[in-house]
Amino acid sequence: MPVNQNNEEFRPVIVAFCCNWCSYAGADLAGSSRLSYPADVKIIRVPCSCRVNPMFILRAFEKGADGVILCGCHPGDCHYSTGNYYARRRMTLLFSMLDFIGVENGRTRVEWVSAAEGVKFSETMNSFVAKIRSLGKNVRLGDLRCKN
Amino acid sequence: MLKIKTADLPALYERIAQSQDLFLPVRSAGQTDFALWQKDAQVDLDTLKTVKSPKDVFFPQSETLYSCHREDGKLSVTPEELCDKPFVVFGMKACDVQGIAVLDKVFLSEPVDSYYAARRTHGTIVALACGRPETSCFCTVFGIDPAAPEGDVVTWMVDQWLYWDAKTDKGFALTDFLHDLFEPADESTVEQVKTAIRAIVKKLPYADLSLEGWGAQAADTRFDSPIWEQLYKPCLACGTCTFVCPTCQCYDIKDYDTGSGVQRYRCWDSCMYSDFTMMAHGNNRTSQMQRFRQRFMHKLAYFPANNDGVFSCVGCGRCVDKCPSHLNIVKVIKAFGKED
Amino acid sequence: MQELITRAKALLESGEVQRVLGWKQGEHIYDPEPAFFDSAEALKDFVYNGFCGANLSKYMIEAAKLEGKTLVFLKPCDSYSFVQLMKEHRVDREKAHIIGVGCKGKLSVNKIDADGILDIQGAGYPDCADTLTVDTLYGQTTVSYKDAMLERCHVCKGKEHMVCDEQIGESADTADSDRFAQVAAIEAMSPEEKFAFFQSELSKCIRCNACRNVCPACSCRKCVFDSTKFDSTQKANTTSFEEKMFHIIRAFHVAGRCTDCGECSRVCPQGIPLHLFNRKFIKDINSLYGEYQAGVDAQAKAPLTSFTQEDAEPSIVAEGGLTHA
Repeated sequence: MPVNQNNEEFRPVIVAFCCNWCSYAGADLAGSSRLSYPADVKIIRVPCSCRVNPMFILRAFEKGADGVILCGCHPGDCHYSTGNYYARRRMTLLFSMLDFIGVENGRTRVEWVSAAEGVKFSETMNSFVAKIRSLGKNVRLGDLRCKN
Repeated sequence: MLKIKTADLPALYERIAQSQDLFLPVRSAGQTDFALWQKDAQVDLDTLKTVKSPKDVFFPQSETLYSCHREDGKLSVTPEELCDKPFVVFGMKACDVQGIAVLDKVFLSEPVDSYYAARRTHGTIVALACGRPETSCFCTVFGIDPAAPEGDVVTWMVDQWLYWDAKTDKGFALTDFLHDLFEPADESTVEQVKTAIRAIVKKLPYADLSLEGWGAQAADTRFDSPIWEQLYKPCLACGTCTFVCPTCQCYDIKDYDTGSGVQRYRCWDSCMYSDFTMMAHGNNRTSQMQRFRQRFMHKLAYFPANNDGVFSCVGCGRCVDKCPSHLNIVKVIKAFGKED
Repeated sequence: MQELITRAKALLESGEVQRVLGWKQGEHIYDPEPAFFDSAEALKDFVYNGFCGANLSKYMIEAAKLEGKTLVFLKPCDSYSFVQLMKEHRVDREKAHIIGVGCKGKLSVNKIDADGILDIQGAGYPDCADTLTVDTLYGQTTVSYKDAMLERCHVCKGKEHMVCDEQIGESADTADSDRFAQVAAIEAMSPEEKFAFFQSELSKCIRCNACRNVCPACSCRKCVFDSTKFDSTQKANTTSFEEKMFHIIRAFHVAGRCTDCGECSRVCPQGIPLHLFNRKFIKDINSLYGEYQAGVDAQAKAPLTSFTQEDAEPSIVAEGGLTHA
């Protein structure tokens, strides 16, 4: 796997899709509890983890993301009862396909974060950013036109 | 007339590539297409037809026209630089060379397409006579001689030798540059090969295809024919025929948002697609029948009407080989022929 | 073949069907085209031979919009696509009279390694030969029927029709290789090898969209890649990213609905093994959510529109739990 030589300087672009009802509130709690997580994480709020179309994830990589994480309510706790169950199947298959075409499989992740889990949110983001830093820049899935 | 051993061709490629880009048929992942020569390239002169025609050396499937960049609130616009270095296309067949002549009529007439014109100015065409014409070939129907292509240099493959005959100033210049690789050759061998190729071509199944009734007048006589309603039915509306065609020249212009600016590029378009020539009011061809008719009428009626009777089909037969539904221009021509 | 024509004529003449959807004689034995026949007279051009690979289920989407019934000939594997389309309400079972036609493996002229092919003997149906005799401009050659078969026939799903009103002709199960062997071989590669493999295959893509347009599962009225709402390059092979995104998203969109009919690989002008994407999804679905074959049962719950509380977490991929399953 390509490891960036200057990992200290490498600031990855991380896109985090967070469901409105649990994970976004979890991020809020992390903020109001003054827990820290890297500023490299750009949060996109979605109504439900199930709203995330595989295309969103690929497009994030296309436009320069180095890692994409999807956060939703814990299975069983979905605001819409079952959305995250569908998301779970979809993401499993998508991640497996990305692995199949040779994209480093640490670049994508799914975590279930509830509104009460500010600590988990911050820990998740810290560990994910650390993982992406170790993987280095996303070269396999980016669009060359976006480099300038 | 000069010749070089086919075993020595890698040396010739290398010599050309020292000073300019060299495009030639390269086999990659089981298919052969024109590509930039590199040391480890698997050159394939045996495959008669590359999947795509070499037109994209002169008219790429997609090319950037200009880029806009935004930084600190300032906007800069950078036009793409025109081709300014000489290059060589090696191994073009007679039909493909005629394909370029068709493109010339479109892009080099006023207003001249500067991107295309720059490539035409700097490109040297080394044509290769067809060794083993295929069942789907019908170039002779359009007056093309696969045994004696046009081009800056014309070559023939005979046994272990490549015969080399420069025809134009560009061709002579290239030959001078490579002169020590060649040895003098005898015209008569090539004449024999030409005769052999012409004999095979006569036996091709589509050799006697009749273009009777096509040409400028077909725009009036065949546009409303009920035959189109029958012919288009199996068409899947994909762009295979268009994208493998050496003469299709329609393109679309689009913008790509790079996040910090815009790249304006043009790309091949296909009249088979539902968004072809889409305008604000919608589309002027609303059914697949109309789109299908457009493709063949353009090649066999509208183009000759505007270009002194020259058809914009060169009989390369790529669409015949590649159509997923086995539709093609030969079937169209024959269907109208039967009706007459 | 005569039996098919006789039956079609009878159904047309009795007024039971308005039209016949079958294959029409081309210029050669190897280029028949899908065609609608409106009259008994027109059926003189009807043909059914080893080169009738085209899956006619796709055309039944259009036929469902026409007046009256359409008689359609479906091979065993085509019938899976029809059932899947029924499930999605894209075809009208009431407006179809389906004759399940026998199949002994379909051929690809591209697999016959000869220049200037004029005629091929032994490719008829039902009398097909073990060895095809190929007449070319440059002499005669032979090739075994098996070697000239389409990729999909080597992983034949069997002789049974999933839906039909009547059956004419015998079929043969032509399977002689493991459907998932190629997928498993790629899974065993290193990420670098996988990436290099797909890069070299997909860089051939010319974005002609033939794979999409021929696919019975790709029946959206407007494809997301034809949208003017985002800057998809749609028909241009501008960058290697778009090619990957297009093929991944296309395969994903048909995941759980793809019957593995193999049309995408059959029509690709560049010979890209597109079925690998579909089969990867099918293999994963089978190992994660239980064996599932799309197009068998129009009532069954599809794997991507159902779930269980015990489903695997996506992290299974990073843990290598799927590759070694």
